[in-house]
Amino acid sequence: MAQHQVNYASSAGLPIALTSVDKLVNWGRSNSLWPLTYGLACCAIEMMASGASRYDFDRMGTIFRASPRQADVMILAGTLSKKHAEFARRLYDQMTEPKWVISMGSCANTGGMFNTYATVQGVDRIVPVDIYLPGCAPRPETLQYALMMLQKKIRKESANMKKNEKQNLRLV
Amino acid sequence: MRKYTPKDNVQAKAYYTDRFWAAPRVPREAVEEGGHFEKVVSALGESVKESYIEVGQLVLHIASTDNFAVIKTLKEVCGYTQCSEQSAVDYLARDGEFELFYQLLNVHEAKRVRVVCRIKKNEAIESIVPLFNSANFAEREMFDMFGIQVNNHPFLKRILMPDDWEGHPLLKTYPLHGDEFASWYEVDKIFGKEYRDVIGPENRDPAHIDRYDTKRFARVGYEVPFGTDISEGETEQSIEYSETFMVNYNKSSKQLDKRK
Repeated sequence: MAQHQVNYASSAGLPIALTSVDKLVNWGRSNSLWPLTYGLACCAIEMMASGASRYDFDRMGTIFRASPRQADVMILAGTLSKKHAEFARRLYDQMTEPKWVISMGSCANTGGMFNTYATVQGVDRIVPVDIYLPGCAPRPETLQYALMMLQKKIRKESANMKKNEKQNLRLV
Repeated sequence: MRKYTPKDNVQAKAYYTDRFWAAPRVPREAVEEGGHFEKVVSALGESVKESYIEVGQLVLHIASTDNFAVIKTLKEVCGYTQCSEQSAVDYLARDGEFELFYQLLNVHEAKRVRVVCRIKKNEAIESIVPLFNSANFAEREMFDMFGIQVNNHPFLKRILMPDDWEGHPLLKTYPLHGDEFASWYEVDKIFGKEYRDVIGPENRDPAHIDRYDTKRFARVGYEVPFGTDISEGETEQSIEYSETFMVNYNKSSKQLDKRK
């Protein structure tokens, strides 16, 4: 948010904060990212650890939601098989705009070690990915860092999602 | 220079085989007289074509048409009350046949029996689900992975692959990276075939680097700002040094020596 030089004591306690709509909206969006409770493989264990008390996602305003209707971040944590790709995409479609995707771990990024017929070779083939998080599996700190990077990204975005789509050239 | 070997079909053979390599074989022993396995073989009578003991397990070769009768005898007469595994091996390239095996366990005697039979490519096998419920999923998996039809199975349907999948992945002729259908499966299913061009083919090269992708790869050539489009060609940049580093002391107008 914009820096302001208001001395509350001298200006009769006038509460003035200068900002723009973009920054205000993005402040709200970035500080309450609610990911979908959606794990695919072993990365999901690390994702659960990130949400639990030791690493505590809650302090960043991040709370896992069990319904795609209430979530705005999808963390694709693990190997996405071709059989399941359809359902992952359906969950993504059910999420309300604005929504972001974190691809967590090597398997979600590129298919990883599963260079086989049954694995989707990178989840960016089916959903638009905002953050690619390397690691096998990434530690909870790494996922927290990815989420902080996503927050940074959101703060740079426009509040108008259509503008963002033009900028980012989002897939589909 | 190393001899060129085609790398598009690595599944067909090993990278390197020793000229003098002989694959180790598990020794086969004859069935002992008067033991438990001898009773099993005699209970089955004529239907056993060949029998021997491998790693302490009795292996019975039977005709594929006898499989239900043999396994029924093993269950009801010989006390083999568990079917722990059932599947097939693809020997189509070598023998033109599948080898089917049933792994049975007698918990009272702590003995195992492997019933082996062979079928041709388009033959079907009789289901043993009426005897062992555990064979239900195993036979479905065999159908899924090899395309072997199982007669009188209660629910013969693909179990691992999606229902609309084409091909049977455990066949030796099936490529590891999947065929044309497999490589476009998720795109066709979610977006439709017309989106194949938009999404592009799968990248199966684990060492893939796109030189012209300035967003997702470290720069191979000259440094350019993040996200710059250099598909038309990179602009050559001359090497520049910092100005403070290149201070020319000789051209200084300042007179350092005050005596002059």
